[in-house]
Amino acid sequence: MPFRETAMRDDKKTRIIFGLGSVLAALALTTAIVAATGNNPLQAYGNIIQGAIGSPNVAANVLVSWVPLALATAGLLFTFTGGLWNIGIEGQITLGAIFCTWAMRSLQDTALSPGIIIAFAIAAGMLGGIFWALLAGALKTFGGVNEIFGGLGLNFVATALNLWLIFGPWKRPGVASMSGTLPFEPELWMPTVSAQSRLALIPLALAVLALVIAFILLRGSHFGLRLKAVGKNPKAAYLLGIPTWQHMLLSFALCGAFAGLAGAVQVSAVYHRLIPSISSGYGYTGLMVAMLVNFSPVFAGPVALFFAALSVGSIQLPIVLKLDSSLAGVIQGFLVLFVLIGNGLRLKLLGRKRGSI
Amino acid sequence: MTIELRNISKHFGALKANDSISLAIPPGCIQGILGENGAGKSTLMKIFSGFLRPDSGEIVFDGKPLTIHSPDDAIRLGIGMLHQDPLDFPPFRVIDDFILGSPGGLVPDRRKALADFNSLSARFGFSLSPEARVASLTVGERQQLEILRLLWLGAKVLILDEPTTGISQTQKEKLFATLKALADQGMTVFFVSHKLEDVEALCSRAAVLRQGVLVGSMEKPFDMAALVRMMFGKEVELAAKSSMAPGKKVLTVKTGSVGSIRLRIKDVNLQVRAGEVIGIAGMEGSGQDLFLRACGGLVEPAGGQFCLDESETPMNGKTYHEYMRQGVAYLPAARLEKGLVPGLSLAEHFTLSVKPKGVFIDKKAAAALSEERIAAFNIKGWPDSPVESLSGGNQQRALLSLLPEKAALILVEHPTRGLDIESTIYIWGKLKERCAAGTAILFMSSDLDEILRYSDKVLVFFAGRVTPLIASESLNVQKLGELIGGVGWDAFQGNSNA
Amino acid sequence: MTSDALLFGLSGVLSSSAPILFGVLGETISERAGVSNLAMNGMILLSAMGGFAASLATGSLALGFLAGAAIGATVALVVAIASISFKQSQVAVGYVLAMLCRDLAYFLGNPIMGMPGPRLNLSPIPVLSSIPVIGTLLFRHDIITYSSFLLIFLSWFYMERTKPGIMLKGLGENPRAAYVRGANVNRLRYLYTVAGGAIAGLAGPIYSLSVKAGWKGTISGLDGIGWIVLSITIFGGWRPFRAAIGAYFFSLLQWMGLVLQPLMPNVPSQVLQVAPFPLMILTLLLVNIGNAEWVERSLSHLPESVRRDIAKVLTALNATPPAALGMPFDKDE
Repeated sequence: MPFRETAMRDDKKTRIIFGLGSVLAALALTTAIVAATGNNPLQAYGNIIQGAIGSPNVAANVLVSWVPLALATAGLLFTFTGGLWNIGIEGQITLGAIFCTWAMRSLQDTALSPGIIIAFAIAAGMLGGIFWALLAGALKTFGGVNEIFGGLGLNFVATALNLWLIFGPWKRPGVASMSGTLPFEPELWMPTVSAQSRLALIPLALAVLALVIAFILLRGSHFGLRLKAVGKNPKAAYLLGIPTWQHMLLSFALCGAFAGLAGAVQVSAVYHRLIPSISSGYGYTGLMVAMLVNFSPVFAGPVALFFAALSVGSIQLPIVLKLDSSLAGVIQGFLVLFVLIGNGLRLKLLGRKRGSI
Repeated sequence: MTIELRNISKHFGALKANDSISLAIPPGCIQGILGENGAGKSTLMKIFSGFLRPDSGEIVFDGKPLTIHSPDDAIRLGIGMLHQDPLDFPPFRVIDDFILGSPGGLVPDRRKALADFNSLSARFGFSLSPEARVASLTVGERQQLEILRLLWLGAKVLILDEPTTGISQTQKEKLFATLKALADQGMTVFFVSHKLEDVEALCSRAAVLRQGVLVGSMEKPFDMAALVRMMFGKEVELAAKSSMAPGKKVLTVKTGSVGSIRLRIKDVNLQVRAGEVIGIAGMEGSGQDLFLRACGGLVEPAGGQFCLDESETPMNGKTYHEYMRQGVAYLPAARLEKGLVPGLSLAEHFTLSVKPKGVFIDKKAAAALSEERIAAFNIKGWPDSPVESLSGGNQQRALLSLLPEKAALILVEHPTRGLDIESTIYIWGKLKERCAAGTAILFMSSDLDEILRYSDKVLVFFAGRVTPLIASESLNVQKLGELIGGVGWDAFQGNSNA
Repeated sequence: MTSDALLFGLSGVLSSSAPILFGVLGETISERAGVSNLAMNGMILLSAMGGFAASLATGSLALGFLAGAAIGATVALVVAIASISFKQSQVAVGYVLAMLCRDLAYFLGNPIMGMPGPRLNLSPIPVLSSIPVIGTLLFRHDIITYSSFLLIFLSWFYMERTKPGIMLKGLGENPRAAYVRGANVNRLRYLYTVAGGAIAGLAGPIYSLSVKAGWKGTISGLDGIGWIVLSITIFGGWRPFRAAIGAYFFSLLQWMGLVLQPLMPNVPSQVLQVAPFPLMILTLLLVNIGNAEWVERSLSHLPESVRRDIAKVLTALNATPPAALGMPFDKDE
């Protein structure tokens, strides 16, 4: 059919215009809401920027926060490709942290060198994440439970398990508290770039590696293409000879491995102990990042960095401006919402121009 | 009531679906609308029933022009349409489905509706239970329900879109009798079909559409050859029937049984040999789909032995992928739902269909493969065309092109459902090529002509029973239709051609 | 436990189920029309905060409830616009809104956190409330709890006995068939999504003005309730009475968590508080397992009589979602 010249085309320019429009709309609405609460929006934004890149120390904190977010997003790219909403990732991060803590606790009094202990603990964390992800996958593939609800259920179980460990078997000598388990000895802390900084290079490298792996596997491998087919139409994929549930479980396992790694990093490099909210919502935010970049491995890294900067930047808000730090989440939420709506609007306008064929 | 369609035109983009169609129908007439798929019949009827608005032209009742904005408007004006896929609500009770859409207040008058339903139902000799669930009815019964509903709403014109697909011979006879009775009472019936024999059996007049244009009309008695020429614009050459000498065994089923919680089919005996084409006939829901799937490991047989090749080891319990490794391939009827992956391109499908070499996709080899397959199967599309953008015929060609080259047995659901005659001939040509190379084909179809024309032997399913293999030369449409409807089974002492 | 304590406990189960019932029945209406509103979790938090704030500012409980309903309707309207008009995935839009509304609730509710505020009083029904046992159980509640009883019955009556209600089910089952029967499918879907959102939005103020009066930010204990509401909607098989059973069952579990705490000193209280959530979600396994292929496979090996019985149980438990749930409707396609 000959292509008719229309005012609007589905090209890069249109996409960029709609993307920018969505971002502007999100900012405008956030600004209006902040203003409506009687605060100065510019001051709030300035504070967030200051809190994110104001000093080398906070900038390093942004990177510290980027690592688990990037890991979670990289993992979610696999499950999204497989057509799965792995909301259970939050619990998978928690299980990674729990398994990591367990390994550290079991090995810390042995003669093994700290490096080896940390390596074992990280591996244990990944296993924990895989285990929890496979549970959600099994509920989905063998129990028919939608992965969103199965995952949420497992998140609650993970939270309960975590609390039980912190207040029960792993409680601090004396009295258990919300501040978590007893910190590990400093030689078991993952080395940071400097004594004052919380930024460790190994986790940073691992997160970059995770994104690269996601990019390579999803863009050019047979596995990536097959997973995509399973995600888009599992029945047809099965008839084409692709082992369907195996691919789904594999994508769960990959996501769980990255999520578990994120949890292990939080324990071994950031908090040096297990705390009640160890997963800190990185999994939930990772889902938002993956949706915002439309599941593209290329943009996942930068957008995760932006989200991390927002979150870290708003930590100071309650102290300085008496605003709740959830403003970061509000901006993130509006961004994703408007990008989704903008996308829908663009397709609707294109469809109308093209007419029904 | 005299109905006139005057200069109806409708285009979609550059495609003229209806090009100034005019037609006048006297009351009490059963008007056949004939044409191939894509000829514009459905568009015309959708305009008539309020689904679509024409670009120009008008619909006139007894000299009065009508404006129809929606199907709801249409039925209030007395025009009711029976769609090809019954537009009803499977989980509902029959009576709720019947009531929904009728005028009236917040709480429906069930008692009156029930009384009306029963008396209408009795008038046509239908036996529908008003409390049954719609999902438990056969396609034919769902049509009956829909006809009753439309009549109750005051339909004076009834449009039926391909109503004989998927119903049994007996149900078809019942439907035709009903329609004739309605016409005798002064109703006008539009019967849309691409089946000449149905139009011949039922209609008093026939109009033929081709490529959006009304190419001719005729009154009873029909000159069938002339109708065929009008429909296709040329003489159609159907491939001559060519049977191969059957080769070695590729599939043996001994006392096979399959079943779901609802239906169980027992004691099926079947032997398929290389190069054979076997057609499976039966009313929808008689279990033939379950059986076909069981032959490919897509459902687990409940009993008996399903063996491949000359092997004596049953494949029971093995998955479809294990069957695939033994050379079995399955083609589903729902192309976009089960066969192809919407969102992926043709090239990506071809890459998926071959065994992967290495971890990464060799883009060059994939491109070469696509070019070759697209040419070999005459697919109108490019390697990067998303499959959902292809026409139905091209999607079916694409599905065929994805089959492994050395298949021993191909299982096909409705090979040509919804395709035009040219695609049908092409698809069967390709399938027969496979047979010539030694592939066996086991297919199910609700099109009796297709079964008789292409298969060497036929297997008929009815209410959990299965015939032995019958040579297709010994059957005709009449006889096969009766078997599907459960008539003439006394001749078979069970299925015993093991 | 004394029988009085048991009675009061069970009476408390009924009243603490009220917000869940409003949430579940609102969602049931929306999903029956074909639109799933996954924003529930954030929506309940936002309407709890908003309802409390409105009531605090105006001193009127009625305005508080109205604000909650309005917030629920607004959020549902966004879901409707994005999914019906712009054909975006309902899961994606719902998830984003769930996150967004939660953060909005915390952000906007910051200034009123922990403030004392109005609270709905009990209105025992004269005469009836003095009937032994039943009086305490059923007739000593606030007006919202009575409304929740009524809502179960009304929503059942509407969907089973009235013509618009049957059409509502038709919208989610086969929108095309609803269209040929005269329904303006997308307009009605808008209507029911927004109406369902308004009903579910009442769940928020029911918490913040009655069941868990006040707004305490992240420690309000409401985060997660919305997801439970969604899973009870599935467990309830999109039918009001079965949904009510699910809601009461969940509240019963929560109450048992409290009752069992002194009996199980080794289990940290936090664990018992969280436990009903996974339990409720895992009931979905019972509802869905009948559809799993391996179950059918293993059933087919059993003897006929056993197979029938198991199949019957599974069919009874089984819940089939509306066939067109989540699918946009376009009459020209």
